[in-house]
Amino acid sequence: MDILSILAESTRSALGPIAAIYALAAVGLNFHFGYTGLLNFGQVGFMLVGAYGVGVSVAVFDLPLLAGFGVGLLCALVLALLLGVPTLRLRADYLAITTIAAAEVLRLVYRAGFAEPLTGGVYGLQNLASDFRTLNPFDGGTRYGVGALAYNGNHMWVLVVTWGLVALTVGLTWMLMHSPWGRVIKGVREDEEAVRSLGKNVFAYKMQALVLGGLIGAMAGCMLAVYQASIQPDQFKPQVTFFLWVILLLGGAGRVFGPVLGAMAFWFLMTFTDGVLKGFGSMGWLPFLSGPDYGAIQLAFVGLLLVLLIVFRPQGIIGDRKEMLINVK
Amino acid sequence: MSSDETNAGADRMAGAEPVPGSAKSDPILVADGVRRSFGGLTAVDVEHLEVQRGTITALIGPNGAGKSTLFNLLTGFDRVDGGRWTFQGGAINGRPGHKVARAGMVRTFQLTKALTRMTVLDNMLLGAPGQFGERMAGAFLRPVWQGQERENTRRALDLLERFKLVDKRDDMAGSLSGGQRKLLEMARSLMTDPTMIMLDEPMAGVNPALVQSLLGHITSLRDEGKTVLFVEHDMDVIMGISDWIVVLAQGRVIAEGRPSDIRSDQQVIDAYLGAQVETAEARGSGDD
Repeated sequence: MDILSILAESTRSALGPIAAIYALAAVGLNFHFGYTGLLNFGQVGFMLVGAYGVGVSVAVFDLPLLAGFGVGLLCALVLALLLGVPTLRLRADYLAITTIAAAEVLRLVYRAGFAEPLTGGVYGLQNLASDFRTLNPFDGGTRYGVGALAYNGNHMWVLVVTWGLVALTVGLTWMLMHSPWGRVIKGVREDEEAVRSLGKNVFAYKMQALVLGGLIGAMAGCMLAVYQASIQPDQFKPQVTFFLWVILLLGGAGRVFGPVLGAMAFWFLMTFTDGVLKGFGSMGWLPFLSGPDYGAIQLAFVGLLLVLLIVFRPQGIIGDRKEMLINVK
Repeated sequence: MSSDETNAGADRMAGAEPVPGSAKSDPILVADGVRRSFGGLTAVDVEHLEVQRGTITALIGPNGAGKSTLFNLLTGFDRVDGGRWTFQGGAINGRPGHKVARAGMVRTFQLTKALTRMTVLDNMLLGAPGQFGERMAGAFLRPVWQGQERENTRRALDLLERFKLVDKRDDMAGSLSGGQRKLLEMARSLMTDPTMIMLDEPMAGVNPALVQSLLGHITSLRDEGKTVLFVEHDMDVIMGISDWIVVLAQGRVIAEGRPSDIRSDQQVIDAYLGAQVETAEARGSGDD
């Protein structure tokens, strides 16, 4: 087992396109939960409508990629309104139940037989990235970077755009949260009745936050479609949402850079544990286990790390412990 | 004390009859037929109620009399079954809480709602009305809202000074004591520049030393021309600072009047004070 190459591979994964896409989706979730206190357990649903916005537009209707992004974002807007209008006037739990169910319903509808002409059913959609690649300033055949941290031209282009979007949305978060708008949003998280009693339309603010975070989630979905050049409905299982929650809590909810650091740390750990398990396996240290078991052990190991994190560092990597524990006396 | 009691507030009550639903010379709040029931239980059924402008009016009654429910209804924090009420001449029944607050009627809560993970100053700034930067698109135009923010901060610091919280301005509101939170909530409600302030049990859970200072703040609000309506349990407090007292029992107004009227009102004693007198007597006879 070569620990150095495992570390290099983990770093590569922490900076890679998947980490960037998860970071983007977690920035959206940070708006929901970290700042506004909305329990959105269906962020993957926003990713799904974003990805299929691109997929259906490009693969079925032959529209340009940019139009696909537009459709994806529009679908996310509609989804946010559908989720928010009936639930945001109610207690927080209702949004949680509704979002988790809605995301699963969306996945089942998109993979259903009757939807196949549009969504490709269980087979999904392919050839989604040709527009994106024609715009690629990098050479698809060349590798960029040093050593293990080298990516081919196409991935490099995805990386630049996705991390660029992450930077953009992080900047957006910073600006919004350092404004009076952000103050109202944080107030809603603390106690919405109090904010209402001061003359603020709490429902409107919650709706704005839900839409904004949903749009960012959809953007992550769009980039996933572009990165893979194909999409299948079963990539959008609830597990994705829970990974996003792990990322957010790991990095620090309600912190501008929390989701970014969280995504990097999360994908570093995932790749690292995977590499170590495979290494142990190849050395014969894991006699009762075969390849397919590693995935489950890896997830269990990540789970254990999370439990330790919650016990010893509940505020995440960059959270403020004092602030976090202020309501826990 | 007696010279204090013939204050502007008490003067404004001159000529008002001490009977339920009595007319006031210059009512700021007029409610008619306000009803709210939970299942079969009628929590509030107020036929007519007027609150005189520029006075401190107390709302008292035994537990379960519907005081807090009436409060929630009037301020738009609960859905009403029927009735209408006007504030400064305009109907506000059926309006949501934030619109009632914008109309100039601000409320506080029995269980203090300090925004615990925000600084004291941010708590205050949240109260300021009409902020351009609170619109989502406006948030990006820092130069446009910066001036307003500075002005609001100045006003917030003045109020914090007055409520002796200015040293705490950068502390998290969650680190304040219970009494300080009550002060903060009152100061924050003043940031909305209200004409009428509704205080739901402002003294609950506050240590006796702070009670005096809270009372001082409430009377000074009245002296600045604001109208105060408050729910309270502590009889000494109520008798001491109220210009007018409204007694609720089983959701109805059973008596109204100056503190002296209420003290001698047999119905009130039966419905409310009576319970306490009886228990005191029972305890006395037990000692014999």
